[in-house]
Amino acid sequence: MSSLNIKAAFLSIVILFVGLALWEVFNQAPKATEELDEFALLMGGEDKEARVPPPSKVFKHAYKELSDPFYDAGPNDKGIGIQLFYSLVRVLIGFGAAAAIAIPLGFVIGMSELMYKALNPFIQILKPISPLAWMPLALFIIKDSEKSAVFVIFICSIWPMLLNTAFGVSNVRKDWIKVAQTHELSKLKTAFCVILPASAPTIFTGMRISIGIAWLVIVAAEMLVGGTGIGYYVWNEWNNLDLNSVIFSIIMIGLVGMTLDLILNALSRLVVYEE
Amino acid sequence: MKSFLTLECLSKKFPGKKTDSDYVVFDDISYTIEKGEFVCIIGHSGCGKSTILNVLAGLDKPTTGYISMEGKEVVGSSLDRGVVFQNYSLLPWLTALKNVTFGVKARFPNKSKAEVEEHSLKYLQMVGLGENVNKKPSELSGGMRQRVSIARAFATHPKLLLLDEPFGALDALTRGNIQDELIKIWNETKQTVFMITHDVDEAILLADKIILMSNGPGACIAEEVLVNIPRPRERGKVIDDPGYYKIRKHLIKFLVERSSDFTGDKVRKSPITVDPTQDN
Repeated sequence: MSSLNIKAAFLSIVILFVGLALWEVFNQAPKATEELDEFALLMGGEDKEARVPPPSKVFKHAYKELSDPFYDAGPNDKGIGIQLFYSLVRVLIGFGAAAAIAIPLGFVIGMSELMYKALNPFIQILKPISPLAWMPLALFIIKDSEKSAVFVIFICSIWPMLLNTAFGVSNVRKDWIKVAQTHELSKLKTAFCVILPASAPTIFTGMRISIGIAWLVIVAAEMLVGGTGIGYYVWNEWNNLDLNSVIFSIIMIGLVGMTLDLILNALSRLVVYEE
Repeated sequence: MKSFLTLECLSKKFPGKKTDSDYVVFDDISYTIEKGEFVCIIGHSGCGKSTILNVLAGLDKPTTGYISMEGKEVVGSSLDRGVVFQNYSLLPWLTALKNVTFGVKARFPNKSKAEVEEHSLKYLQMVGLGENVNKKPSELSGGMRQRVSIARAFATHPKLLLLDEPFGALDALTRGNIQDELIKIWNETKQTVFMITHDVDEAILLADKIILMSNGPGACIAEEVLVNIPRPRERGKVIDDPGYYKIRKHLIKFLVERSSDFTGDKVRKSPITVDPTQDN
């Protein structure tokens, strides 16, 4: 590893510890300096004032949660692992369905100027709609909150993959198409042996953007539909005023999102080529 | 006797804007090539050389006229006509070997995997790329890439090989080396070749006949120059041939002095043939 990377890693760790230290120091309960009045005594003293918990408490809580991530003690008390699992399954189903439609459709749009021009107005109108705006309609039509959440993931994942696939396919270098032509490749063979590998890196970029958006949206969607999932968990812990859990789950959402991105990045390396 | 390849009255025009007349790239191109001939075409930019080659490759259509090969009209692309493009046109996600097997598989769909690989390796060996066959094009130099492209074209055994300025992007030394490889592989296969070049020396070294194009727009074939130098030719020795400088002088004089104001003799059906080595 280069010395730059080592320096960067070292600096990251320093920033982390300084940040945590500042958070810790400025979040100590204020010392009782004078006699508590009757009200304060009734409320259990100043120390019980609601306050963002310091990192030490969050870590203690995180350790407890992570040492038993899959416990299930009823509908309102499930381990973080179970909640994340529910969210991941929804994201993967919605994302998978979106990919199954967006990539072939994007291919068609990219190959045919007519289809591109015909479908472009619809895409331009549908694309900027916040995925959560679909929720009421989805709930009404599907009549199932869980499936509606999956639908919202589907609808938000579809656009980046559709547009990136169409862009990648329509921008395949003409020289490579000529190579296919002069080798008498059939349309289908040209699509699979030349256009697909040529546009694969662009398609993967679309998939990375989509899964990132899907993971952003699932939290909000689950806050609305409730029941299970990491979004529901965050909102439920907020209702419980358990800020330790809220902060802990925020960090977990970030870690899982990063992992999803890393996985897709690793997959896209398999298809990337240098010109 | 029917010629191997016949170009009959080819022209390429682009419709002008409302009031303008059509833009004519080239007009009334008629030419024949016999089997096993190596023909180079030289002309200034814009004379439509590349368009003619693309028409031959089936990648472009002429406005008028037609091409026939072995008595059959040429329509669309075919593996019978292999192309080497100037920018190599290798598929960058495939290794050098896979780029060649890509062509071989398309040409010989009945060959087994091992046969395809063996056949491809043979041609990669011929162009001097024995050790780098598993590298991707991005890991190869420009010269190496063009060797792969040439191997791919020769390995598919086309009846006619079209070379579109294949060495244009290479430095002079690399170009010389690959010209040697091209001569070697051509001596073994006796391919019919149609090649575009800007390099007069390259044309004399490689060609049996050189087509001189007049300047565009409205370009036509001005002359057909015979390269009357015995084969096998070598890069180092061909320049000692007494005819070499006569041919070179003739070509350069044409390109510098005559190509711009050459107006085709419309009555003549085929271009005049010149043999500069016979002049005094």
